[in-house]
Amino acid sequence: MRQILARSEHCLGCKSCELACAVAHSTSKNLFEAIQELKPPQKRIFVESNGELNFPLQCRQCLDSPCVHACMSGAMQFDSNTGLIQVDEQKCVGCMMCVMVCPFGVIAEISTTHKVAKCDRCQDLDYDPACVAACPTKVLEFVEVLEFAHSGRQTFLNQMKGVN
Amino acid sequence: MKSHKSIDPAVLELLPKAALDGVETVWDRYEAQQPQCGFGTLGICCRHCVQGPCRIDPFGNGPKTGICGASADTIVARNLLRQVAGGAAAHVDHAYEAVEALELAAKGEINYNIADEKKLHQVAKGLGLEISGKSKADLAIEVVEVAYADLANHSKKPVQWLMVNAPKERIAVWESLGILPRNPDREIREAMHQTTMGMDADPVNLVLSTAKQGLVDGYSGLKLATDMQDILFGTPTPVVTEANLGVLKEDSVNLIVHGHVPLLSEKIVFWAGQLQAEARLAGASGILVSGICCSGNEVLMRKGIPLVTNFLAQELAIVTGAVDAMVVDVQCIMPSLAQVASCYHTEIITTMPIVKIPGTTHVPFTLENADQAAQEIVRRSIAAYGRRDSKKIKIPNYKRKIMAGFSVEAIIGALSTVDPVQPLKPLIDNIVNGNILGVVATVGCNNVKVTQDLNHVELVKELLKNNVLVVATGCSAHALAKAGMMNSEGTETYAGEGLKAVLTAIGQAAGLGAPLPPVLHMGSCVDNSRIGDLVTAIAHYLQVDSALLPVAASAPELQHEKALSIGTWAVTMGLTTHLGVVPPVLGSKAVTELLTAGLSDVIGGKFYVETDPQKAALGLLEDIRAKRKKLGLPN
Repeated sequence: MRQILARSEHCLGCKSCELACAVAHSTSKNLFEAIQELKPPQKRIFVESNGELNFPLQCRQCLDSPCVHACMSGAMQFDSNTGLIQVDEQKCVGCMMCVMVCPFGVIAEISTTHKVAKCDRCQDLDYDPACVAACPTKVLEFVEVLEFAHSGRQTFLNQMKGVN
Repeated sequence: MKSHKSIDPAVLELLPKAALDGVETVWDRYEAQQPQCGFGTLGICCRHCVQGPCRIDPFGNGPKTGICGASADTIVARNLLRQVAGGAAAHVDHAYEAVEALELAAKGEINYNIADEKKLHQVAKGLGLEISGKSKADLAIEVVEVAYADLANHSKKPVQWLMVNAPKERIAVWESLGILPRNPDREIREAMHQTTMGMDADPVNLVLSTAKQGLVDGYSGLKLATDMQDILFGTPTPVVTEANLGVLKEDSVNLIVHGHVPLLSEKIVFWAGQLQAEARLAGASGILVSGICCSGNEVLMRKGIPLVTNFLAQELAIVTGAVDAMVVDVQCIMPSLAQVASCYHTEIITTMPIVKIPGTTHVPFTLENADQAAQEIVRRSIAAYGRRDSKKIKIPNYKRKIMAGFSVEAIIGALSTVDPVQPLKPLIDNIVNGNILGVVATVGCNNVKVTQDLNHVELVKELLKNNVLVVATGCSAHALAKAGMMNSEGTETYAGEGLKAVLTAIGQAAGLGAPLPPVLHMGSCVDNSRIGDLVTAIAHYLQVDSALLPVAASAPELQHEKALSIGTWAVTMGLTTHLGVVPPVLGSKAVTELLTAGLSDVIGGKFYVETDPQKAALGLLEDIRAKRKKLGLPN
């Protein structure tokens, strides 16, 4: 299954993914119009930095899904069709339990509704993640894990050149 | 086949060849840049100090101010002011070189003539100088001294070139807003200062300073440059030639002039004429000089040199494999030309001390060595002809006949065949009676974000159909020339009945035996001054403020900072100024509102942003009709 994976060493912290994410979750899907919408769209990716490392983080779709377990209203659900965890906005009561248990801190509060939002893999865009398309340094990839791991091994071998 | 890249058939024919030849073009690089940064697109990224870069979250969740506390309004307004100052700097620098050339020519220190004494007298008279009993050279020196005095003005006195040329009603408006420029260099310096860290944070004040830069551009850039160039090289009169890549000749040495200043290209045209025999010795039928961008427009207007193409297709000219040398001066020259030319035999020749491109030949051009440099360049093009690879040659067979050379003097000349006493009368009578609904000036660039030429052509088609007379400059003029809108047949095809009748009558009276073209080519980008002069003359004739006239401006495919500064000048003249590409200001509601509405209360003009050319035409028509209604004219 394809996952959103990151080569964070190339992240420059430009936040293009954050903007693209917000636009992808707007009504108009267009930057110029999105910034004027009455309910500003909520980004679901966060470029986090600790001074040394930048990392574009979004919902990791964990299998043990603490957010789903913590959700008392049943808003946070595992969708067996897509294998993704999605939020049913109608059911969300804004208790923020999921926010507290998420180990990555990637569940956001929608400021206008006080409900929660998280990466839905760009459901509206036929699961073609806008953050990946927006990344100018190609840090974000939407790839099969196998493929990503393979390129990681190649990088490792390249680094080993000359060692043996 | 529909393409999102261009509507120009010559371009569409060459794009597959470029791909086949392994040439990367502007469209490929645009694709590689997608998606472009949203912060930059909205104008809410600030890099003015080293604490930054700072960005404002346009959705309101993240930072609302930069590290220093600058808001989105401040950042957008500061960025805009710097861009417009950049555009003004380009034009003032251009004009300065022309002043210098006139000075040295008058002193006999360089091999340039004063070709147009009539224009010299006209300019001198405008400046209030005494003409009688003075030699051409002495009078030219006096004119130059006034120009230099503006650039060395240490007092609060406004720029003289503006004061003698701008409409009086406008000067009063600008004075009341405190935006009359004193010294162009000082204003540009001040704009850089005003926008540096810890300076102006007031978006209104910053936008007013932007308007001041528009005036710097209009009078100390455009107007000054055109005046000097007309005196040196002659005021354009109607010429007939051709436009588009099909003007290149397979059996000729093809030498393209590209850039903006005629100081070099005039010499190239001269020496290409002188050295024809050398080209024939090299096996060619002769030397064909043709032009891209405004260097092309300058020698088109005065010498009838054909136009090859406009900004976006400058690389594709080389892809024909038939261009032996492309000589460039300043502005709008893609650094990629070196890379493209490396796939062919074409020699790219840079000439200016402030424009050097790695991988190209540099032949230093100075006013003093102009003839030697031009000869060397022509000879290099002849030598390059011998290195051609015939297998790589493909010249698209597309070109259109065009009539150009419509300076204000030429337009008045044509009109005076109808009414020698009051030449403007026939034009104005027809505006009043509604045969001509209004006038729109289309100017500026191509922008890769827009299908090449589409906005220019579609907008103008709609305007002409509705009897709007269109005047054009720059790459907009190229686009309309290539589309067949600058010849008599264009009038038959595109002009509405009223407009067609007027153009036919003037054409007949002027002895053309055919209508005038529906789009009048008024020259290069600095020649937007000619449009300003025309607007000023019409306003003066009618004794009304130019802001009231049924006249508008449009930059349908703008890309350059110069287009922003020219547009800003048009707004200060009181014109509704359409932009067909969204400028980077939407990150601030306040600044956007000021530019598109608020400003018009105080200055008369405003920006009007619309990316759809059909809708833009309707918007401009509505604006023109509203102005006609206010003047009590029939719609």
